[in-house]
Amino acid sequence: MDNTPSPSATPGPGTRLDSYVDRYAARTAGMTASEIRALFAVASRPEVVSLAGGMPNISGLPLDVVGSAIGDLIAGHGPVALQYGSGQGDPRLREQICDVMRLEGIDAHPDDVVVTVGSQQAVDLVTRIFCDPGDVVLCEAPSYVGALGVFKSFQCDVVHIEMDAHGLVPEALEQAITTVRAAGKTIKFLYTIPNFHNPAGITLAPERRPQVLEICRRHDILVLEDNPYGLLGFEGEPHRALRADEAEGVIYLGSFSKTFSPGMRVGWALAPHAVREKLVLAQESATLCPPSFSQMAVSAYLSTHDWQGQIKQMREMYRERRDAMMDALRDYMPASCAWNEPDGGFFVWVTLPPGIDAKAMLPRAVTARVAYVPGTAFFADGFGSGSMRLSFCYPTPERIREGVRRLAGVLEAEMELRETFGAPGAPARVLEGRSGYDAPSTDLS
Amino acid sequence: MSGDDVAPSDATPGTTPTPTPPTGMSAGRQVLVLAGGLSHERDVSLRSGRRVAEALRGSGLEVSEHDVDGSLLGRLRTEQPACVVPMLHGDTGEDGAIREVLELLSVPYVGAPPAACRTAFDKPVAKALVARAGLDTPESVCLPHETFRELGAAEVMAALVERLGLPLMVKPAKSGSALGCSVVRTAEELPSAMVGAFAYGDVALLEKFVEGLEVAVPIIDDGSGPRALPAVAIRPDGGVYDYTARYTAGSTEFTTPAPLDAELTAEVARVALTAHEVLGLRDVSRSDLIVDAEGRVWFLEVNVAPGFTETSTVPLAIQAAGLDLGKVCASLVQAAVARSGPQE
Repeated sequence: MDNTPSPSATPGPGTRLDSYVDRYAARTAGMTASEIRALFAVASRPEVVSLAGGMPNISGLPLDVVGSAIGDLIAGHGPVALQYGSGQGDPRLREQICDVMRLEGIDAHPDDVVVTVGSQQAVDLVTRIFCDPGDVVLCEAPSYVGALGVFKSFQCDVVHIEMDAHGLVPEALEQAITTVRAAGKTIKFLYTIPNFHNPAGITLAPERRPQVLEICRRHDILVLEDNPYGLLGFEGEPHRALRADEAEGVIYLGSFSKTFSPGMRVGWALAPHAVREKLVLAQESATLCPPSFSQMAVSAYLSTHDWQGQIKQMREMYRERRDAMMDALRDYMPASCAWNEPDGGFFVWVTLPPGIDAKAMLPRAVTARVAYVPGTAFFADGFGSGSMRLSFCYPTPERIREGVRRLAGVLEAEMELRETFGAPGAPARVLEGRSGYDAPSTDLS
Repeated sequence: MSGDDVAPSDATPGTTPTPTPPTGMSAGRQVLVLAGGLSHERDVSLRSGRRVAEALRGSGLEVSEHDVDGSLLGRLRTEQPACVVPMLHGDTGEDGAIREVLELLSVPYVGAPPAACRTAFDKPVAKALVARAGLDTPESVCLPHETFRELGAAEVMAALVERLGLPLMVKPAKSGSALGCSVVRTAEELPSAMVGAFAYGDVALLEKFVEGLEVAVPIIDDGSGPRALPAVAIRPDGGVYDYTARYTAGSTEFTTPAPLDAELTAEVARVALTAHEVLGLRDVSRSDLIVDAEGRVWFLEVNVAPGFTETSTVPLAIQAAGLDLGKVCASLVQAAVARSGPQE
């Protein structure tokens, strides 16, 4: 070996292994490695039953139909599909989006639709044009981890509003608005997922919808209605969107990620005229335009395939998985656990026995080859350790049952441990601003 | 003039040298880097594995990577790699299990033999052995969770605090990357710390907390005998070298060589070498030490498959020694191949 070491007693300059460390924006403060997030790497292995991720199950999609439509698209419209497009999005697709929204009672004009890179980008654009650092965003408790990440990155203060079995509690909303304003803070909007909530699995009751709108109207608060699961209800017709009854005060976000393909990354925002103009400009500065190819592929799919029939099939598949999870939870989980029975969407919210910390328990679960997302991922303020989100969208019913069986064993061992050590004392030192990200990345099932 | 008129030269800067297998290694046989596995440190392992594989390729070897799964043994039998580099952290990787299987199949591999791994990966056992060899290691107590249940956790914890004092460290007896480790500064924090450690294993190590400079000292042995690389001083921003501090670039300051005088530089090297030899380790290890205000060097633990990620300390020490990561890795492969005897 020609590698002769030359140790020196003269210390070299210190390194942080990141030459940009002093140049990052303050908003990157929470972008750190996370022990919890690292554990999700194991969840990608087939030995592990992952009840963690929220990956849509697209196994039922007619790939031959999609392939044929995309082939025709390139053959017939390749020069357009492979070129830049409008910042607002493909006009034909925007018309079709209006057809989709009509199923939820929304009467919209294509001019008011802005196509985005998934509805995730719509959350980002809306926050970008409305929020300055320190502005308050009202969210349900718990709320969607991806939206919380956006709000955090724009340095917003998130104030969580209580939910119960019927969704957002109007009285709690009213109280929070009063409290926040009394503290001299500015509320920019209410972010809400009214249907088949992620992560809570709850749907806002029909009688509460006008109450929520009335409170927001009275207090002049914009509503950001995020509705990616609205067409994935297991019973009856789709719920009427908040936007269907309030055009000026609601920005509606939709997505094809759950009803067609998340890989297409096509979502949209429906916004009042003036807001829409700013969203288009914000979209152009962010991406120039949403991807032409994806938009035209989605448009072709909607034109050539019975997409509503396909969604019906998806609903049946997800309902079967929901039923499997409900049966398994009833059969295996300790009596001191509680959970809701979602009537659509992907998720069940489980409340654990007192003293159990879902985040602390995750390593034990991974050892037992089952994964979930601790409730802390869905709160901006550190709460949620006594809860977890289970997703039933991806694994087969048999795997779901096996996963819950393993989880119950983990929980029993953890309860025994907690019983031994008593109610948890003060947590061991948590370093300021070092919470990291407690949710899996999107490619983990 | 056409390009064909100019013959490429191996000496031309920027060109890739023709791969030549290390001495004793048959041409055409690959080095197989194992990374991933099902341990809690899978993510770290994948990153270490990728970096080592790239470094080995850069030194001219044919390298492929493989996870630890049901297809591994078939591949080992079919392809008969010249050498395996197990970059597996945590269970299976560091507890000797996968190396036991490699021994079964007579596949040469880089790193310590199974029995030594079992000893080193078990922190209380390793501490006892190095203490017997005369090294200082913080006073500690090792207990399974059944003991707390059977004897009453409150009484046992009170006795622990009385004996070890505060602050103290709580760790899983077998783990890496600081997973499940906590600094306990008040007695009220202890129950949660115990639950956190037991989430990673059934036995916990409680250790007197030693204030001082944390240093990592890698040992490398390419066949000519183990030697210490320059010590790396570690100063995490938050004061605790936890998972976040380890794997978030920018959150820890590393100084290599560590700012120690000549005597202490020699002493940390001696401690790491002694641990390496006493525990029967081979090829590569990394000892984690604390140098306290009085200049006393404390052994905390040793790693038989130390991290090679972008934020790991071993690559920093290799660089500080004026060595090339690829060449060092290749020399370890060569040593492992030579150890196994001539190949067909």
